[in-house]
Amino acid sequence: MAESIGIVGYGVDVPRYRIKASEIARVWGEEENRIVNGLGLSEKSVPALDQDAATLAVEAARRAVRHSGINPQLINSIFVGSESHPYAVKPTATIVAEAINAAPVLFAADHEFACKGGTAGIINSYALLKSGEIEYGLGIGTDTSQGSPGDALEYSAGAGAGAFIVGKKDVIAEIKGIYAYTTDTPDFWRREHAIYPSHGGRFTGAPGYFKHVQSGAKGIMEKMGTRPSDYAYAVFHQPNGKFPRTVAKQLGFTPEQIAPGLITPLIGNTYSAASMIGLAATLDAAKPGDKILVTSFGSGAGSDAFHIEVTDKILDKRNPLPVLEVIKHKIYIDYGTYAKHRKKLIM
Amino acid sequence: MRKVAVVGVGMSKFGELWDVSLRDLVVQAGVEAIKDASLEGSEIQALYGGTMASGRLIGQEHVAALIADAMGLNPLPATRVEGACASGSLAFRNAYFAVASGAYNVVVVGGVEKMTDATTAEAVTALGGAGDQEWELLQGATFPGLYALMARRHMIEYGTTEEMMAAAAVKNHYNATFNKYAQFKEKITIEDVMKSKKVADPLKVLDCSPITDGAAAVVLMDIETAKKHTDNYVEVAASAQASDTLALHDRKSLTELRAAQIAAREAYAQAGITPDKIDVAEVHDCFTIAEIMAIEDLGFFPKGKGGPATLNGETALNGTIPINTSGGLKACGHPVGATGVKQIVEVTWQLRGQAEGRQVNGAQYGLTHNVGGSGATCVVHILKKPN
Amino acid sequence: MKPGLPLLWRKTKERYNLVGTKCETCGTYYMPERKICAKCRRKGKIIPYAFSGRGKIFTYTVIRVAPEDYEFFVPYVLAIIELEEGVRITGQVVDVDPESVRVGQPVEMVFRKIHEDNPEGLITYGFKFRPVA
Repeated sequence: MAESIGIVGYGVDVPRYRIKASEIARVWGEEENRIVNGLGLSEKSVPALDQDAATLAVEAARRAVRHSGINPQLINSIFVGSESHPYAVKPTATIVAEAINAAPVLFAADHEFACKGGTAGIINSYALLKSGEIEYGLGIGTDTSQGSPGDALEYSAGAGAGAFIVGKKDVIAEIKGIYAYTTDTPDFWRREHAIYPSHGGRFTGAPGYFKHVQSGAKGIMEKMGTRPSDYAYAVFHQPNGKFPRTVAKQLGFTPEQIAPGLITPLIGNTYSAASMIGLAATLDAAKPGDKILVTSFGSGAGSDAFHIEVTDKILDKRNPLPVLEVIKHKIYIDYGTYAKHRKKLIM
Repeated sequence: MRKVAVVGVGMSKFGELWDVSLRDLVVQAGVEAIKDASLEGSEIQALYGGTMASGRLIGQEHVAALIADAMGLNPLPATRVEGACASGSLAFRNAYFAVASGAYNVVVVGGVEKMTDATTAEAVTALGGAGDQEWELLQGATFPGLYALMARRHMIEYGTTEEMMAAAAVKNHYNATFNKYAQFKEKITIEDVMKSKKVADPLKVLDCSPITDGAAAVVLMDIETAKKHTDNYVEVAASAQASDTLALHDRKSLTELRAAQIAAREAYAQAGITPDKIDVAEVHDCFTIAEIMAIEDLGFFPKGKGGPATLNGETALNGTIPINTSGGLKACGHPVGATGVKQIVEVTWQLRGQAEGRQVNGAQYGLTHNVGGSGATCVVHILKKPN
Repeated sequence: MKPGLPLLWRKTKERYNLVGTKCETCGTYYMPERKICAKCRRKGKIIPYAFSGRGKIFTYTVIRVAPEDYEFFVPYVLAIIELEEGVRITGQVVDVDPESVRVGQPVEMVFRKIHEDNPEGLITYGFKFRPVA
């Protein structure tokens, strides 16, 4: 039997604070219904004053370690993808490594590829596993991204982290194939020192998100010889509640296939974490034998696609802290408190 | 060990003294004390200076040499002593040992802190240095915060109320109206305290001692020399000190300062008296809860009864045991390094019958209780009027 | 005054993972760590111990006037937590309405920012606590 490589544990963290789209709409004089229907989400997560991409990554990673049941010293690679790393220079991966007691003998680096730095981290660890260099590897997507005040992104830019440990022993979901699709397409960016990102408006849609997600999903299905109906579930990057539903339909997936992994409508777009939290929620619901298609997307632009098959092991190793449990604890805040939390106030 | 006497005392005005420097403060207090002792500077043989945070507050270390220099006392040996807010008492205690041991016959003690050159946030941070930097301060603790943690336990374990704590501040503000050196001269009410801005729940701004500039000085002599020199001396009947864990979380009980209890027990033994013999006491009321714990730790009231006693006026000028007749740290002011020395000054005035409108009639024994940090250092002195 | 960089770095393990020590001879736990057992002195055998991070609020306050570099966080809850191993430690309680905090409330450790010097300075991370949901 060929060596199987796959997920041995995963964890997510989402801040408890929430702001409703209606509260943001109130401040900017927008119609709530237009926003909610347009974006397909009605609230988003907001980090606490003392949370950032590193703290969320640490909590998600600790939960993944707990779920996996492995000794963290056996984790030999940590790659953290984020577009809101706390430092421009100084890795987040070292903070995570120390905080989960995986240091010091390991490969570690930070990634940035807009919303797909996290899945890139899984792929790097997967590659090290496949080459036999490591025993376990960790890929994390984490973000506390900002949208400009009043911009459409302000309604959706949430915060969260997803962490996946990959290995060869006690695999709960096998990664059977990977694929990536990359072009130079500037649909969304943030320059050094800029607080808020810039984007190409409607240009982010067809040439950005849809082209790359479709190409990634089609590419992995062609590689694996599969069709949408072969999959129990599919997870697509979810910058809002609308795009993943649309792309699923375009590709021939049903609303039921994407339902468990569609988390952005509940917590907003968690950027690098979005497709990973979606996958975590899908695995929470999956059963042995289920095939799952995952396609992340990062502006700039590219997609990572995965063909995953759930193993019998998942029955003995259910995630002790499911995504829906993590996100059910909520503290609602008003726009003033939100502005303080997001450091929109200058002291 | 020889017996030791206080032969001269002096202090500067306490308050926000924008036009006065640390040098000016020590000169004012020192000159007054040496004059009060009827001595010339040249007769002083050694100097002990108490200051807590001059380095952080004004960038000046080496303060004992500075005091000697400013007062024209060179080349006498000058030594700085530091024990957070108990620095003044520790300087006094070291001077006491210097005389008791026979090394010197005449020694001056100066306590000083110049606090208002720093911003409030800088002062709060500097004072925080008296706690555990790595495991309290870095977690976001402040000094009002640490005492608030104690206050909360005292409320839970003994039913102490915020009103009882407020009563200590009200009394001390009243006492300060009779003290021309005091920072605050305004009477306040319990309602004023209750309505004042919250600092660290349950403590409000009027539960807290202020940021103060000030200095105090005392001249000590061995008792035989003192007897020949003056009729107006008081005897140091006891000097005791104890320490405890730097961090609050390492202590078994948060409703008492164990170091204060131990120092008090030893002080009473040295003086050969029981707590009921004390006629007047200056205690370390950096926060109102600290005064309530102090009067329990010193044995004036049973544990848990300090709050009701304060509310009932038992610690007022006309009470059973007048506490903080000077106005205490709360209303006279709290220039940290000067406080312990100022307590000796006030008790000396009380025993000499010079405490003006706040005089406790016929006082024979007076006690000072000075605390460093949240109780890691506690110093208790007992002074006695000669028979 | 901000703590020096080496001072912060030196205690990274302790602050990130609530690591203290335990005396194998008498079973006493220490947090922050002690290198000599206060009970057994030289007879003690001290080993590192990672605390579970679960405990109860022993006492608390709401800090409304903060020291330098903590001003942005006010009002925040500062507490002494009694860990389930019996040791007490000072830390903040987060993700909570200060008015709802109670003595005896169960809490769990979380990993948070402790403070940042300024927008260009170092960020210090470490343990805080939050109510068990």
